[in-house]
Amino acid sequence: MQNFSRVMMAVAVDISRFEGVPMAPPDPILGVSEAFRADKNDLKLNLGVGAYRTEELQPYVLNVVKKAENLMLEKGENKEYLPIEGLAAFNKATAELLFGADNPVIKQGRVATLQSLSGTGSLRLAAAFIQRYFPEAKVLISSPTWGNHKNIFNDARVPWSEYRYYDPKTVGLDFEGMIADIQAAPDGSFVLLHGCAHNPTGIDPTPEQWEKIADVIQEKKHMPFFDVAYQGFASGSLDEDASSVRLFVERGLEVFVAQSYSKNLGLYAERIGAINVVCSAPEVANRVKSQLKRLARPMYSNPPIHGARIVANVVGDPVMFGEWKQEMEEMAGRIKNVRQKLYDSLSAKDKSGKDWSFILRQIGMFSYTGLNKTQSDNMTDKWHIYMTKDGRISLAGLSLAKCEYLADAIIDSFHNIS
Amino acid sequence: MEYLPMGGSIKMIDESLKLAYGEDSEFINDKRIAAVQALSGTGACRLFADFQRRFLPDSQIYIPTPTWSNHHNIWRDAQVPQRTFTYYHPESRGLDFAGLMDDIKNAPNGSFFLLHACAHNPTGVDPTEEQWREISYQFKVKNHFPFFDMAYQGFASGDPERDAKAIRIFLEDGHQIGCAQSYAKNMGLYGQRAGCLSILCEDEMQAVAVKSQLQQIARPMYSNPPVHGSLVVSIILNDPELKSLWLKEVKGMADRIIGMRKALKENLEQLGSPLSWDHITNQIGMFCYSGMTPEQVDRLTNEYHIYMTRNGRISMAGVTTGNVAYLANAIHEMFASLRNNPQCSRSKSIHKAPSNPYP
Repeated sequence: MQNFSRVMMAVAVDISRFEGVPMAPPDPILGVSEAFRADKNDLKLNLGVGAYRTEELQPYVLNVVKKAENLMLEKGENKEYLPIEGLAAFNKATAELLFGADNPVIKQGRVATLQSLSGTGSLRLAAAFIQRYFPEAKVLISSPTWGNHKNIFNDARVPWSEYRYYDPKTVGLDFEGMIADIQAAPDGSFVLLHGCAHNPTGIDPTPEQWEKIADVIQEKKHMPFFDVAYQGFASGSLDEDASSVRLFVERGLEVFVAQSYSKNLGLYAERIGAINVVCSAPEVANRVKSQLKRLARPMYSNPPIHGARIVANVVGDPVMFGEWKQEMEEMAGRIKNVRQKLYDSLSAKDKSGKDWSFILRQIGMFSYTGLNKTQSDNMTDKWHIYMTKDGRISLAGLSLAKCEYLADAIIDSFHNIS
Repeated sequence: MEYLPMGGSIKMIDESLKLAYGEDSEFINDKRIAAVQALSGTGACRLFADFQRRFLPDSQIYIPTPTWSNHHNIWRDAQVPQRTFTYYHPESRGLDFAGLMDDIKNAPNGSFFLLHACAHNPTGVDPTEEQWREISYQFKVKNHFPFFDMAYQGFASGDPERDAKAIRIFLEDGHQIGCAQSYAKNMGLYGQRAGCLSILCEDEMQAVAVKSQLQQIARPMYSNPPVHGSLVVSIILNDPELKSLWLKEVKGMADRIIGMRKALKENLEQLGSPLSWDHITNQIGMFCYSGMTPEQVDRLTNEYHIYMTRNGRISMAGVTTGNVAYLANAIHEMFASLRNNPQCSRSKSIHKAPSNPYP
């Protein structure tokens, strides 16, 4: 028997296997929060945060969530694996929330729903599905859009291009540009649409504009692909915020919908959401579901249970569901109040006559202020207000008490800095 | 419930590294380990496979025959080419050590190997400590990269330190390793999807770079990992009383399984089975590779309502004092009836290798 003593072999590795691994660039949002934490100034304000804050600028765990978790502890359910497609009660509740319980697509069993890892996980599953079954297709994404959209399609190896969306001149929607770009894309492209509360601009199409968007998508045989991260959180009404999705479904179109409970139930870190695919027939939905499962299994096997149970408990109990709707209205209401106060402060303080009403037309957690990068830097350097370089502020991180200060900062940055 | 950082809970990661690498590991002290919280073992393997594809695009992965079927899916979906290496020896229902060593020697230098750290799934066949040392030595000669999938630490022998022995041997021998850890079985957190991926790097700077890239892979997959399971893990492992309670409970689970292995073997021997059932107690962990063929398994299912995968893998976790006699009896009767009906076309010697249901 050979002697396997612990003498180090002379087969030295001169170059590490990981020599070619560079440091990844810092996360643009994380960098904002880190800089905010390091700032010692009393007046500092973090408007980079993508999570809801109370008027006291504290994180908020919904009361109904605490109730659900206590109930879950009492029930003492086990922690066995969920099936690959997730918790059945959760999937049912989610599809019904999105499309309406009475929607024919639900009644006919035409929706393939898989519990997924929040919005990101849902988008990624859909992207992987597109890559596998529509390898020639391209995804059209809005300019601008949530930063991670591009990463998701890149990593899934799905080609993408942008359609015009934000018009800096009006600080509003470039509707004609949007329609033209969707029109110009090859037939059968996937069009990524924000269901409500567009991130980062806060600018949503009007109902009439949604109809026209649906017209051109139908005409080009494109596949509508909704990202619904703020249902109920935008207007305060679950049904109203789902109206864009339902409009498309009513036309008989097949639709992808990625959905998340991160904001509307405050379940951020639980990673709970769903990918939904409305198909032409139940048999199609079954096939699509089976293939989504095949994509999920080598990613994470089966999704995490905790968030799914919270949702199922909340939505499944009429009293808790009612309480949830109430808390959601309050969160959305606080954001609306803060928008109003910011607008009022800007209008009162800005003597130039500039029209700030775009702030009131925007909706959801974010507002695109129209400030450019240099102006945004001024917000931080001079006023200790932290935001992203594209001029986006998170109203979720703004309190009524700070609106006047913010207004002063915006006016200064807009007029005195170019 | 605020978002965890992309790399997950630092507390959970720190405790996981101590479990895998040792409480006083110099590699932990020197900050040489790039580690992120992952979606249980599956997620950890997938992150590593994607990392391989992106930064080591010429590499492939050697996977043991047989293995957990999802391993094949993971590296395939990550688009990393895969090969297999000899592992299971059907005749002895043990390790084909000679075949294993041949495949290690014949693989091109610098190949990547997937190794089950303990309680091999599905066979339950683990190398001995001496065999692990030989494997490690040969890996050094060949400059192979060992990636450990450790899904059963503590759950195999009842002692987490003992179950990490293979990893510790490789670390002693100076290998840089990768490791997927899962808390699904040893903490019963199955559906919480709690795990950890770690990669031992040259130095702290490299570990920081590698971790940053693992995060970049996670971000467009799920942004950041789920918090609940990680909280449970880090609270248990950080609290001395809870940790000691956990060690007791995981030993309890492992002991029950070990007890059932003994009971099944004894029952079969007492029934007078002429066949050899040593492998039941030689194998370790949740699974027993019985050596039964798919047809024999079908008979157990159809005639005795006993359900198992058709590769003859028995989950010992499903065996209890209440059903072990029934199970032994069913197996014994089934084989006896095969012997009594030699012209039956379904009759196959138990010494024939079970066919692989996962081509």
